[in-house]
Amino acid sequence: MSKIIVYGTPTCPYCTRAKEYFSNKNIDIEYIDVASNTSKGEEMVQKSGQMGVPVIDIDGSIIVGFDKEKIEETLKV
Amino acid sequence: MPDDPHVYDLIIIGAGPAGITSAVYAARQQLDFFIITENIGGQTLWSSDVENYTGFQYVSGAELVTIFEKHLKSYNINLRENEIVEAIEKEGNIVKIRSSKGTYLAKTVIVASGKKSRKLGVPGENEYRNKGVFYCAICDGPIFKDKDVAIVGGGNSALDAAMQLVKIAKKIYIINNTNSVSGDNLLTEKILNNEKVTVLNNSNVKSIEGDAFVKKIVIEHEKEKKEIKVEGVFIEVGLIPNSEFGVILKKNEKGEIVVDEYNRTNIPGIFAAGDVTTVPEKQIIIAAGEGSKALLGAFRYLSTTK
Repeated sequence: MSKIIVYGTPTCPYCTRAKEYFSNKNIDIEYIDVASNTSKGEEMVQKSGQMGVPVIDIDGSIIVGFDKEKIEETLKV
Repeated sequence: MPDDPHVYDLIIIGAGPAGITSAVYAARQQLDFFIITENIGGQTLWSSDVENYTGFQYVSGAELVTIFEKHLKSYNINLRENEIVEAIEKEGNIVKIRSSKGTYLAKTVIVASGKKSRKLGVPGENEYRNKGVFYCAICDGPIFKDKDVAIVGGGNSALDAAMQLVKIAKKIYIINNTNSVSGDNLLTEKILNNEKVTVLNNSNVKSIEGDAFVKKIVIEHEKEKKEIKVEGVFIEVGLIPNSEFGVILKKNEKGEIVVDEYNRTNIPGIFAAGDVTTVPEKQIIIAAGEGSKALLGAFRYLSTTK
């Protein structure tokens, strides 16, 4: 099982869609709200080299944005 | 990227309310078709509150998109996501589409590609995209807690962004290139009276600068250049239609594709629907209705043209 972390904000539609995507596939994720957790926000910026949400961390592979193709590619490996 | 030699009945460009509605109608007519789209939902995804879509007293844009998508996927539809159309041509009776991933042929096309945020066109804007430069204050604003930010623009969307950011940021500069901001009176008053907000009228952004991330903007005010230290820049200077690829299509001065009451463009076999067109009002429910009209137009064209 991959360890998946989704960094997002409560008001970002692609974060909601990313969460829905994993829950529809019955894949457990850790969701981190970077709006209320500044230090986790900094962690997200460090990992991804940018500040946009969502950021998806799949076993250390970083995907910026809700990019289904990349998520599927990463999950297959 | 191999060319697909098959001639489809229809290709739909875009999967916002217009494109999805066209697709639902096309599936029910059992047409041989597919959808090319960058994403599902388009601008609807960014609408926070929708209170005027019949059947829903209140729904968020993201929820409505999920419902649209579920409806769409209840049919067995070929949906090509993350694909961008680059050119559209007509050869004889066949429309040829070139995308970021291949070329395709069809008897009819519905362009429902919607609108996107207008860019400012200044140095640093592309370089710092997502590294301080953003086009959605609702989405990306929360990360600027207690930081200084700038909003570029002076209309309703700029003021909406300011309303979002006053709850989060430390100081907000509104950089407006006209004499005064021009939003709804109530909204304008609320923003102008907020002590966190400084409005700089008659000012133009000349560049966005920084190191790995944005550190400042350079603005010009009454022919004088001035630096403002900010970590976030939210660009809210309106929307433009996604119609650049439609070189052969007749457009108005805003770049919107000119359509008649049957959603026909100037090119037979090519139809257009929703916000990318000259349809007078840009609303989710109107885009959906236009999508159904465009499909019925395309269906009629298919049944009467060899």
